[in-house]
Amino acid sequence: MSERVPVLRIGDILLVSIQVDLEDQTVMNLQEDLAEQIVSRSARGVVIDITAVEIVDSFVGRMLATIASISRLLDAETVVVGMRPAVAITLVELGLSLGGVRTALDLEKGLALLRRSVSRTDRR
Amino acid sequence: MAKQESVSGLVGLLEADGEALADEWVALVAGALGGRISRAELVRELRELYSALLEAIRSGADDAHAEGMSEVRALLTELSRSRARQGFTPSETAVSVLALKRVLEPGLREGAAEKTQAYLQLSRVLDDLALFTIETYTHTREDIISAQADQLMELSTPVVKLWDGVIAVPLVGTLDSARTQVVMEKLLQALVDTGSEQAIIDITGVAAVDTQVAQHLLKTIVAARLMGAECTVSGIRPQIAQTIVALGIEFGDIVTKATLADALQLALMKSGVELVAQQGLQR
Repeated sequence: MSERVPVLRIGDILLVSIQVDLEDQTVMNLQEDLAEQIVSRSARGVVIDITAVEIVDSFVGRMLATIASISRLLDAETVVVGMRPAVAITLVELGLSLGGVRTALDLEKGLALLRRSVSRTDRR
Repeated sequence: MAKQESVSGLVGLLEADGEALADEWVALVAGALGGRISRAELVRELRELYSALLEAIRSGADDAHAEGMSEVRALLTELSRSRARQGFTPSETAVSVLALKRVLEPGLREGAAEKTQAYLQLSRVLDDLALFTIETYTHTREDIISAQADQLMELSTPVVKLWDGVIAVPLVGTLDSARTQVVMEKLLQALVDTGSEQAIIDITGVAAVDTQVAQHLLKTIVAARLMGAECTVSGIRPQIAQTIVALGIEFGDIVTKATLADALQLALMKSGVELVAQQGLQR
């Protein structure tokens, strides 16, 4: 049984803080959990906090993009926050620019970004 | 037995009026160095070297790389290093060893066949030792050069904070892979440390942009975006703009500005700061 990453709720935003080493199975579980929770809690935004992640590979990079795509299908916007410089450099060197993913420097800025864009879509 | 004889021959060659020989040696080397090193120091260095060499040959070492020569090699290493640091040329360094050959030459004229034999053998050892000196000298110089390159790298990539939430990197000089890597890391680290969401890369001081440099810039900008910051490139000079277009480099959706002032204005606007010129204070 591999570890599961907890999914927390703040209002209509889901917060995922990754604190463990990402194994492939953990990532797959997270994808499933997140998709279920977005639907069951009718979330409008997802924040993935990777401040504690020091090492990434192309699988994790793709995972972030996949989660963003899944959330968008379920009408929730994804923001990846707290990426470390070394991680960013690695992803660029791997050729992953995470096109559809929005990013912010830290959790606070990420939440502000989501709130702004959620209220904008509500007005429309 | 032959070896024993050759050793005694070598020792004899070096020991025969040793004092006069050493003095002459010092005089020759001092002449070559043109007084840029104090005579007392030179005497000390060469005396040490002379006695170490004599000791080594007495112990039977007839090869520059032999076990018994380690003391001589250590002395020569020290000598070459200090010469390299003080800015002497390679020949000025090697002359310290090679002058000994010239000093020994006069002894040959009245000498017998075995003396010539001994001289030739010694001169082979001295040649090897001279080569060793030059090698050490080159190594030291390389170390100095790489240390300077590191210092230059440190000096030339400052990250400055222009405003709360706006940082800038003014790039100066030639950009290569190693330098861009340093710039990239420093910029990204500064984004985290200062919590800035706007970064400006100013390339006013960059002499030339080629496809590789552009590639590095683009990578830096994409990495900054991944972390959640926006990057603006400023200070593109007319010639560089022409080069970039001629090379077919696509900057895509990256914002470029002609001057740092324009870039700062844009960054401030994006971070919600409004600049207002006050009436009456306008020049």
